[in-house]
Amino acid sequence: MESEHPDRYRDRTVTLEAFADVIVPGKKRSPDDRAVAGATPGPGAVAAGAIELLEEPATGIADGLDNYARDLNERARAYAEQCGVPLDDSVPPFVALSFADRTALVQVLTAPDNPEKELWVLLALFANMAFDTAAHMHTADAIAAGHPGLTAMGFAKPDPDGLWRFEDYSYGRQLARIHPATTPSGSPA
Amino acid sequence: MNRAEQVSRAAGTTAGQDKAEQTDILVIGSGFGGAIAAYHLAAGGAKVTVLERGPWLSSDEFEHDFKLGASSTRVIDFVAGDGMSVLSGNCVGGGSVVYFATMPRAPRFVFERHGSIGRRMWPAAISRDTLDPWYDRVAEALPVSMQSWGEVTYPGGLWAAACDHAGWTANPSPVAIDTAKCTNCNWMMAGCRFDAKRSLLLNYLPAAVSYGAQIRPLHEVQFLSRTGDGGYRAHYNIIDDEDYRVTAGQGTIEAKLVVLAAGTAATPVILQRSEAALGPMPPATGRYFSGNGERLNTAAMDEDKVRSVLGLSRPGGQAYAANQIGRGPSVATWDRLDGSLPEYSRFSLEQLYFPPGLGTILAQAPGAAGPTWFGLDKKQFVQDWDSWLTIFTMSEDDNEGVFGPPPPTGNAVRISQQMLGRGSLRYEPTVNTRRGWNEADAAVKDILERDGLARVAPWTNDVVGAYTVHPLSSCRIGDDPATSALDDRHELRGHPGIFVTDGSAVPGALTVNPAMTIAALAERAIPGIVAAARQRGLDVSYGAPSPDGETNGRRGVVSFTPNPLSE
Repeated sequence: MESEHPDRYRDRTVTLEAFADVIVPGKKRSPDDRAVAGATPGPGAVAAGAIELLEEPATGIADGLDNYARDLNERARAYAEQCGVPLDDSVPPFVALSFADRTALVQVLTAPDNPEKELWVLLALFANMAFDTAAHMHTADAIAAGHPGLTAMGFAKPDPDGLWRFEDYSYGRQLARIHPATTPSGSPA
Repeated sequence: MNRAEQVSRAAGTTAGQDKAEQTDILVIGSGFGGAIAAYHLAAGGAKVTVLERGPWLSSDEFEHDFKLGASSTRVIDFVAGDGMSVLSGNCVGGGSVVYFATMPRAPRFVFERHGSIGRRMWPAAISRDTLDPWYDRVAEALPVSMQSWGEVTYPGGLWAAACDHAGWTANPSPVAIDTAKCTNCNWMMAGCRFDAKRSLLLNYLPAAVSYGAQIRPLHEVQFLSRTGDGGYRAHYNIIDDEDYRVTAGQGTIEAKLVVLAAGTAATPVILQRSEAALGPMPPATGRYFSGNGERLNTAAMDEDKVRSVLGLSRPGGQAYAANQIGRGPSVATWDRLDGSLPEYSRFSLEQLYFPPGLGTILAQAPGAAGPTWFGLDKKQFVQDWDSWLTIFTMSEDDNEGVFGPPPPTGNAVRISQQMLGRGSLRYEPTVNTRRGWNEADAAVKDILERDGLARVAPWTNDVVGAYTVHPLSSCRIGDDPATSALDDRHELRGHPGIFVTDGSAVPGALTVNPAMTIAALAERAIPGIVAAARQRGLDVSYGAPSPDGETNGRRGVVSFTPNPLSE
């Protein structure tokens, strides 16, 4: 795809990046970054690896990304016409929308009354997972590399063997009265 | 077991078979319903074969890793339906490998519920009193034990303190966890690396194997047909061990008796697909599904208020900031498990941990001005993740789930290589179910927002519908043939020799975690299955001790079993 149709691949990528940036917004990677709107400080889904995750065959949607980008841009063009929003032809229509308009369109696409909701929810889930879980990387590697999402969430570092252990885990004292009808086995009566 | 061994074992069962393989008793599924049956029947002398659609992983293969393809996606399925999404185990050990090992018994009033049918929906033969001896057997076998307050995790302690502050009681939950081995890593849903969680891989299943039971992973039963001698033939696909969308082979196996325990989300689908060969299924097959009335709320705690209002602090100086620390749930409040309250107003509220991904996507940012589950406000909310406290509601729903026509194979059209699929379940919550959720949401809000402790919001149902980690009742026991697919001995009506022992047999929502009840019902069903097997000419007896040899539980059920037990 990338080697055969570099322009189409580039357009696909920036379109999907713009979608992922709606799900978990981030700062622009450079002043001329068009895909990432820069709606919030700190890195978002794109910096967290959304495109890498979407392109993983394990997701089951990697082969459908061309269609996703095409459909998203068709919806964006229709949205722009409907709302009277002018589009900059130098970038794909979805990328040309403002962050607020991108967000409004994604709300429509993922709304319960949209018959195509499931498709867009699926794309949103993986964009979200890039930030929240770094599911395209081994988690210990992601943390060692300072993955933006896991770092922002405060996800703890593992032990040197790559496993998590928390020796300090309890306040260590009774913090409530137990239910008066608790049975000797510890169950509700 | 490594992948090469699994493929070898799977392939070895089909190649060049002109004549169907024979076994005495076929067990479909290896979760609580399958493992308990496999153990007792193998110990009683039957040749038992277990077909499990998922892989067989050992402790050292349970990874702390969110990467797609790690154990966190190999052993669990997320099947989206129309209005309800279901999480369930997909591996040898079934739900026990991915569960949080919280094992309360169902409260007494649950067995008296009327639910959607206007009269008692449990069989007359079952009450809390008559089930208690079977609960005892499970408690001995796993085993199940009480947690001390010193073992309660930070999130559980915080929930207890918040409940106490609001005038509620709170209980450390009974668990099947060896807390001495537990590292509080909170990777339970990926399988327990440390053998602290007492999954079926540590008790019933190895005991079954020691008595000769054969367990075959990556064997997904599609449908059943009849043999000429009154037995059954299972038709299965062999599943690729990495890409579950790929069928690597097919085969059949014949048995005199079948124990179907493929899980609530799969058992009715297998039966639906079997209708062409077996004839009509009971009308309740694939109906009356319950999501156990489940619902989640997530709060971002105000760390200063946790310290000043609740008086909590950790040795490192933080008040809380411990969302990641623990072992799933450890404390619940049972104040609303009050049999005098009206049906649909009774629920438990349990502190819970869900790992990121499944545990973050549906959480809504409290008070968001724009979109609630994605976007600017959600990102801000997620950045408070280490101060999150998630509360799990288990309430009384209306058994309103119905399975549509089965997919071509399995119980879902798989989307991803692992974990994610689209199933045929439809669920439109009734006003009763919504009432329970609303009352539970209000209670959580009252407890957690009191004196500014937190900001809280329920998870959205607009993205993947409602959701459950405890699917129940899709092929349930009962006394009324119109509303229960199984009789009170778990035999499928109209199809003698097929017994169903998984969560699908539970009549309705339990208001607490259901694994203990599913297991107790499976234990209770065994003597009847043994009797049916004997009628079919199998030389099998009932009376095995607990998997590790304990006999107290066996003594407790002597009066409930048809044949004298030998010590």
